[in-house]
Amino acid sequence: MWCRVDPADLSPFPLPVSDAVSLRLRSGILEQTGATVDVLQSDTMDHYRTFHMLERLLHTPSKLIHQLHFQIPPSRQAMLIERYYAFDEAFVREVLGKKLSKGTKKDLDDVSTKTGITLKSCRRQFDNFKRVFKVVEEMRGSLVENIQQHFLLSDRLARDYAAIVFFANSRFETGKKKLQFLTFEDFAYCAEQMIQNWTLGAVDSNVDDMDVDLDKEFLQELKELKAWGELAAGEPLVWGLTSLSLCSLVCTSLRGKISVYNEMEANFKNLSRALVNMASKLIHTKDVRDFFIDLVEKFIEPCKSDKWTLNDLRLFLTQYMTSAHTLDAFRHQALWDRYMSTIKSCLLKMYHD
Amino acid sequence: MADRRFAGGRKMPGKLKVKIVAGRHLPVMDRASDLTDAFVEVKFGNTTFKTDVYPKSLNPQWNSEWFKFEVDDEDLQDEPLQITVLDHDTYSANDAIGKVYIDIDPLLYSEAATVISGWFPIYDTIHGIRGEINVVVKVDLFNDLNRFRQSSCGVKFFCTTSIPKCYRAVVIHGFVEELVVNEDPEYQWIDRIRTPRASNEARQRLISLMSGELQRKIGLKVLEMRGNAVVGYLQCFDLEGESGLVVRAIGTVCTLDKISNTAFLPACNSPSKEMKEIPFNEDPNPNTHSSGPSTPLKNQTYSFSPSKSYSRQSSSSDTDLSLTPKTGMGSGSAGKEGGPFKALLRQQTQTALEQREFPFFTLTAFPPGFLVHVGGVVSARSVKLLDRIHNPDEPETRDAWWAEIRQEIKSHAKALGCHAVVGYSESTSICEEVCILSASGTAAVLNPRFLQDGTMEGCLEQRIEETSPPGCGFCHIPYDELNMPFPAHLTYCYNCRKQKVPDVLFTTIDLPAEAMVIGKGCLIQARLCRLKKKAQAEANATSISNLLPFMEYEVHTQLMNKLKLKGMNALFGLRIQITVGENMLMGLASATGVYLTALPTPGGIQIAGKTPNDGAYEQHVSHMQKKINDTIAKNKELYEINPPEIPEEIIGSPFPEPRQRSRLLRSQSESSDEVMELDLSHGKKDAFVLEIDDTDAMEDVHSLLTDVPPPPGFYSCNTEIMPGINNWTSDIQMFTSVRVSRLSNINLTNQTLNKNFNDLCENLLKSLYFKLRSMIPCCLCHVNFTVALPEDEVIQVTVTAVAITFDKNQALQTSKVPVEKTLQRASTDNEEQLQFPLELCSDPLVSQPFSPAKEVLENASSHTGIPAAQRAASLDKASPLAEGHLRHRSVPSCTNSTVSVVKMTPLSFIPGAKITKYLGIINMFFIRETTSLREEGGVSGFLHAFIAEVFAMVRAHVAALGGNAVVSYIMKQCVFMENPNKNQAQCLINVSGDAVIVVRESELEMVPVQPSAAVSQPASAGDVTT
Repeated sequence: MWCRVDPADLSPFPLPVSDAVSLRLRSGILEQTGATVDVLQSDTMDHYRTFHMLERLLHTPSKLIHQLHFQIPPSRQAMLIERYYAFDEAFVREVLGKKLSKGTKKDLDDVSTKTGITLKSCRRQFDNFKRVFKVVEEMRGSLVENIQQHFLLSDRLARDYAAIVFFANSRFETGKKKLQFLTFEDFAYCAEQMIQNWTLGAVDSNVDDMDVDLDKEFLQELKELKAWGELAAGEPLVWGLTSLSLCSLVCTSLRGKISVYNEMEANFKNLSRALVNMASKLIHTKDVRDFFIDLVEKFIEPCKSDKWTLNDLRLFLTQYMTSAHTLDAFRHQALWDRYMSTIKSCLLKMYHD
Repeated sequence: MADRRFAGGRKMPGKLKVKIVAGRHLPVMDRASDLTDAFVEVKFGNTTFKTDVYPKSLNPQWNSEWFKFEVDDEDLQDEPLQITVLDHDTYSANDAIGKVYIDIDPLLYSEAATVISGWFPIYDTIHGIRGEINVVVKVDLFNDLNRFRQSSCGVKFFCTTSIPKCYRAVVIHGFVEELVVNEDPEYQWIDRIRTPRASNEARQRLISLMSGELQRKIGLKVLEMRGNAVVGYLQCFDLEGESGLVVRAIGTVCTLDKISNTAFLPACNSPSKEMKEIPFNEDPNPNTHSSGPSTPLKNQTYSFSPSKSYSRQSSSSDTDLSLTPKTGMGSGSAGKEGGPFKALLRQQTQTALEQREFPFFTLTAFPPGFLVHVGGVVSARSVKLLDRIHNPDEPETRDAWWAEIRQEIKSHAKALGCHAVVGYSESTSICEEVCILSASGTAAVLNPRFLQDGTMEGCLEQRIEETSPPGCGFCHIPYDELNMPFPAHLTYCYNCRKQKVPDVLFTTIDLPAEAMVIGKGCLIQARLCRLKKKAQAEANATSISNLLPFMEYEVHTQLMNKLKLKGMNALFGLRIQITVGENMLMGLASATGVYLTALPTPGGIQIAGKTPNDGAYEQHVSHMQKKINDTIAKNKELYEINPPEIPEEIIGSPFPEPRQRSRLLRSQSESSDEVMELDLSHGKKDAFVLEIDDTDAMEDVHSLLTDVPPPPGFYSCNTEIMPGINNWTSDIQMFTSVRVSRLSNINLTNQTLNKNFNDLCENLLKSLYFKLRSMIPCCLCHVNFTVALPEDEVIQVTVTAVAITFDKNQALQTSKVPVEKTLQRASTDNEEQLQFPLELCSDPLVSQPFSPAKEVLENASSHTGIPAAQRAASLDKASPLAEGHLRHRSVPSCTNSTVSVVKMTPLSFIPGAKITKYLGIINMFFIRETTSLREEGGVSGFLHAFIAEVFAMVRAHVAALGGNAVVSYIMKQCVFMENPNKNQAQCLINVSGDAVIVVRESELEMVPVQPSAAVSQPASAGDVTT
């Protein structure tokens, strides 16, 4: 109930009391205040008890705002909520895209060992993810806004949670070794792009789960790109003008501008096929899960091995996207843009070491 | 309680209307659906209404009709409104979720609240707070319908022990007391078959009913005395176990007049200097003759203790006393010094007070001019054996007990030449069937003008003509110099040099506003334990009676020594608590020491060894002496006590006897060498000499020196405010801390016990200083310690106090501000960059723990409670930290808080704010029980949570009355019982205070209607040390 909490006093909570005390001891607090270890010990215990009482309320932040037990200034309330819902980069990378189930929770001790984050902290972070997920999963309206409204988080943190919920719902694989170079921020950015462009909410703003599930109709339509894609990726001599034209259109416009022109020209067929194939397969849940692996394996890795620069990639993708429009035979303009703009954003975000 | 409603076929003079609006955050009562089907029962007297069931919701919206109770005013005063929230169950009995008791008394007088409306915590004695309920309560009183004299609607009650801020005292009538008794439901046969919950609720309801009845009866007495208010109302419960339950109350009856234009009132933040003018002009001639009835002078009526135990002083002082004729009332001096005016005054006062059985006043601060002289502390204790109260309607035994004690107090006061007792209070300590009743107060001579009807007008006119005395009048002795009731060293007042003053002054009142002090004050405590044998009934009572005088004597000696050690000469707010346990007695005395300019400079403390020939021993003694002298010097510096040097001749000259004069000179000389020499020759310095004749005494000296001063930047006192500090800021923090200490029961001796107790109190203070470190420079005001011995070897200490930050040096502050601001800005930024990581990254913050915390709080404190939209505006105006704060505000949605801020303070005012309205007293009693103590975090966790809940309920009730603060808040009882084997615990808490509306002074100028905005979070800490 000691509500005049120092932010500093709050921070060591996931630690056992003894550790928290020694941590505070090391900070030199006794020297500053002339207090004794006993006093520090009991003070720390008080903070733990206060926190224990606050924690129940923090699970439903709106309760924290309306509760009568503690008179906490609004700015301090916001701080408490924000810090309680904060999470570790290392932890979120372990859990991102996994089902927020009991099974996953059981494995948290492994996560703890691997990341060096205390098990207690891991559990708190996991429970936070799960709690937010449960509440907003079936809700209408914007995902970010729903999270913000129910958990009173800052815009920034609400966006992060939106990404976590989105990933958990579609179960995107993010843990593979090949994906380790990607940060949570990369994924969060991709999630935001996908939510904005590929979910139901992107076309209709008043349906259940609108921001959480991908737009099935859109995925279905993407299948139709396959036929055209095979054309585009096929042997130019055999299949005539279509692909030749796309390839040549892109190549022509990029000549002299791109540093890896030869490699690009040689690889064009594979890259193009990879993008189109991915699109056509997204209707399958399994392929959705492998989305990021596919992007890395089939696109990023080849480009990296050919030493494409980020600028090369940007030029290529821009040209690739726009050139399709100039083809007479191409009938999927809108669909293509909806797909490619997101892919482009994701790839550009993910293209780093 | 008999149902009075149908008793006399009286008319119904009132209509109580209740509306149940909604609930929120209800607990899940149906595990299957995770929901609750809640409905509400509203009960008053024997009438019950029910709302509809609001199915499947944790936030039900009943929006009920108005439930109307037609009741007489007597019931309105006695009965609480009882609201029960239940979960509807089709097949089995409905489950109770919890209850809300609402005291509707504040609605019964016109000036207070007109409606009670707000969110109340739903409380269950087993589960604690379980959600909230929104209720609206109104009362229509048909005042003209009958001449109700069974009720006393309209009498105002105040816990505040001074004249409330927006009132003027027309007449201060005097003492009022009453008690009611009943059987304790916990000890009735039915308790064996009912659930703990039912038993607790029966008890809560009964106490609520009894305090309502008590208040009504007191109100009747007030009307009889032709008053309209009770000030300094103190109500207590005695849980006598098998013998029953006593609810008793004392107070001071006044006729108050509301000051219509509050704007002209002096600011409430300090009992201000504006009150300095005193209407009473004292006769310059010292008067030692009293023409009133002769005061029966007995040696035993020593002002401090009813016993004769002041043995150490007696040898030399007896001779002194014997020189004065015991019955002659100073006939020799009368001709020389007889002051006719004073005699007249005395007579007047006497007649005014004689009409009263007990001329007692529970006030601790007084209107200017009210207090003429202060004699000293008077106290009385008696040990009683409890027996069953056979007829609750005739609680004669208890009445007789108290009457006896009051009589004793009265005679003590008389012995001191005083006709009245101020700062009066009563208390009990009960263990099994033994009960110690205690009463104490300060004997005083009062100005009669306030005490009689119709004299006020004349007084007011006179007031202007009269010149103010220099603020030392109250120190002048009221008793006969040649016929002193106890040995004391008298000198001429160091201020006016005209009248005699004692060398030290002990009082139970607050420091009068006009008193002149040097330096700052400090909290002085005497702590003492005495083991006693376990015994039964009579034998037990006798052994306690025998121990009491020794305890009182030792407590007194300790206080005196500590006062000397601080270099001070007066104690204010003295409160001595003697607590009885199974196998020990505990004494805890707290007071605020100050240096009064009117009194002589205290001499040092002299250690005298018993075996002067032993060289090593001698050395040891001189070493100790040096240490003591150093401590005194250090304390003088710390508390800024630097009285001007006064040439000795001036002070000494008016003394007729050369013998006395030399004695006087000694007592104010400071040089230790000189003291030593003179001391040996005269032996008149007993109060200053510590004889080390055995290890006990050695122990005493050690304990004197082990009291550590508070860390730099902290001051503490148990009075309302700290003498010598007046630039308070509005940053206040009230807190309650409970510590339960279990003594290891092997080889308990008085010494180890004393040490344990001493350490317990010191550690408690230390942990408070540590927790409050971000408020430096600050003062802990109104520090109130309570000791309880709930079981063998268990000591429970409860502390409530308020910390107030003050500007150390305002001039310095303004020049420093820009620098500090940037510093604070920086730390805010720092915090944000960290994105509030919850763990491990604390180091950067820990390294500067003061600034970030403080900054956030200060910002917040100036804005909470103002709607978000206005906030930005007022922020820009009010706070130079606006930019820094705006970043905080980007954190969303927490700003739409609907919880109104209610400040709580044990003081009678709120610094930086003005009380504009008193809404009625808050008097609440809660029981909390658990059968899963370990799971709830042990004793600490349980108490911590319970105290938080009590605070929450107090705040909710105040907010519902339309108030935004509680002043004169006090936790009167905190009884904790534990059964670790059964994993059970029970705690009873009784709190009270005055609900008020305060307006910040800064807002007063700009927007008069704006409610107060500053934040204080009452906080508590539970602690167990084993």
